[in-house]
Amino acid sequence: MSDALLSVRDLVVEFPTRKGILTAVDSVSFDIGRGEVLGVVGESGAGKSMTGSAIIGLIEPPGHIAGGSIELAGERIDNLPLEAMRKVRGKRIGMVFQDPLTSLNPLYTIAEQLIETIRTHLKLSERDARERAIGLLDEVGIPAASRRIDDYPHQFSGGMRQRVVIALALCAEPELVIADEPTTALDVSVQSQIIDVLKNMCAEHGSSVMLITHDMGVIAEAADRVAVMYAGRLAEIGPVRDVIQDARHPYTKGLMGSIPTLMHDSDRLTQIPGSMPRLTDIPPGCAFSPRCPKAFDRCFSVQPACERHEDREVACLLYDEGGRP
Amino acid sequence: MTEALVNVEHLSRVFDVSKPWLNRVLERDEKKFLVAVNDVTFEIRKGETFALVGESGSGKSTIAKLIVGLIRPSGGQISFDGKNVATQGSSSMRQLRSRFQMIFQDPFASLNPRWRVKDIIAEPIRTFGLEGEAARWQTRVDELLETVGLSSGDGAKYPHEFSGGQRQRIAIARALSAQPEFIVCDEPTSALDVSVQAQILNLMRDLQDEFGLTYLFISHDLSVVRHMATRIGVLYLGRLVEVAEGKTLFKDPQHPYTKMLLDAVPDLEMTGRARKPVEGEIPNPIDPPSGCAFHPRCALANDRCLSEKPELKLHGTTETACFAVDEGRV
Repeated sequence: MSDALLSVRDLVVEFPTRKGILTAVDSVSFDIGRGEVLGVVGESGAGKSMTGSAIIGLIEPPGHIAGGSIELAGERIDNLPLEAMRKVRGKRIGMVFQDPLTSLNPLYTIAEQLIETIRTHLKLSERDARERAIGLLDEVGIPAASRRIDDYPHQFSGGMRQRVVIALALCAEPELVIADEPTTALDVSVQSQIIDVLKNMCAEHGSSVMLITHDMGVIAEAADRVAVMYAGRLAEIGPVRDVIQDARHPYTKGLMGSIPTLMHDSDRLTQIPGSMPRLTDIPPGCAFSPRCPKAFDRCFSVQPACERHEDREVACLLYDEGGRP
Repeated sequence: MTEALVNVEHLSRVFDVSKPWLNRVLERDEKKFLVAVNDVTFEIRKGETFALVGESGSGKSTIAKLIVGLIRPSGGQISFDGKNVATQGSSSMRQLRSRFQMIFQDPFASLNPRWRVKDIIAEPIRTFGLEGEAARWQTRVDELLETVGLSSGDGAKYPHEFSGGQRQRIAIARALSAQPEFIVCDEPTSALDVSVQAQILNLMRDLQDEFGLTYLFISHDLSVVRHMATRIGVLYLGRLVEVAEGKTLFKDPQHPYTKMLLDAVPDLEMTGRARKPVEGEIPNPIDPPSGCAFHPRCALANDRCLSEKPELKLHGTTETACFAVDEGRV
């Protein structure tokens, strides 16, 4: 795709350990279009956060990008020197993390943190930066923003803090916002508010979003397309509605069946036997094969690549020849 | 109607959250109290799954701890099978104690990392002296491991060798080992991934059928509650606002807070059902609003809601604590 804002190709993230090299992200490729919200979903250890960290260049050593490329608006960002990467981070890519209390500095007021970030990335006077900060807080729905801006993070509730973090992520008008489990630490009623704020703010400011979460419900609410990850690899990518209503990869099918819903009565939830393999012992062939009800002999030896069928990509040998099984 | 196994009447629990004495004197502060559970009354019938739902700070875990006796109530009483738990002598309390067990949220914190799995599971058996000889509890532990879907050889391992889902299975085996009738499950799956959650929920239902267990199921996740519960109580700031049959609650919620909670659940099936955006946040429980605690967020609130506390009243099969429902203003 030429109009993609972010284009990740064959990304590999490795961690050298005493027991050998762990592949946390294994040849992952995807695009995020301008203004698009891409959901990345998976269970713990699926490599979704690691993919996000790789894009913003924040993988903790000794982990490192061992292959592939990441392009932001046609420009490679995976091999930038540290200083140049710092300019991309915050300016062109904004971040929202899971725990709003740890992403805000408890010793500085909201005003100081917002103004510092704004003035780092934009050439504005102190006063203009403050104006802009108040405007942003107002937009994310903080009541009496001009007064509350001088409060410290502990004076805000969890939901309000996450709103501040969203304002912070958007303050330099980034092209892409990476939101890593932005609602996981919040209650359901607050969660739905934060999803709305994130969605509307990014739409208004024209930012694309990479929304990383384990919660399929959040994806259904907010994302345009969804990428399902399993054991460091992509299982399936496609438009949200299609993936939810007609999952193709057996893992996605199992995952959808295992979520209890408000609408349907069912006595038993579909369950996927076993659990996700540890990164130290990913089985040969398809990583899902030992748990897959449809696995056949080739699945245990051949690692499937993501094959494109119209607007869906599925990494499963069942769809090898382009047809449905 | 089947008879009640657990009766909770006017249960309250107040926590003292004051600053230390010296600070209070110097800063002229009053003592501060947090009413975590406020005049809660419900019953749990034999063989059913009674669920308590609510957001953080609603008092659901406090109620769980009160029922199993991990903390003492500040007011009200709990009776188990007709016997008041507070007035039992120590020997009859001990007998009573063996009939209920608890499963905790975090399987990484609830299992002793220095004990082998078989010792963890056998602890209730030994504590209550259920099986005399060592050989008999060994076979019992093996049976239990297989009941929860592990293998009997796993008993010799330590908890760190297991994944989150497997640890929760161990916690369930431990709860079952005393052959309880009643298990309090405090967010048993919220630390687990969805596919593992499905395994544990299915297992819990199978065990309920097999052993005729009664559950108190505590969760913040409405979809999980809908899947598991026979009857549901909705908590808001320490008070029950609605108690209803599982299906009724989801089909025909009465209390404005219940409606709001249901609207907040993501529409996974993308049916496009009409939903109202959620307004406001839970107030600080140390300083709750007057009258009905939900009134600042409620579109139906009037003067009466600001000053009087609504009690649970029966409307059809649903009990609701709401003046708007009482007065037919909904």
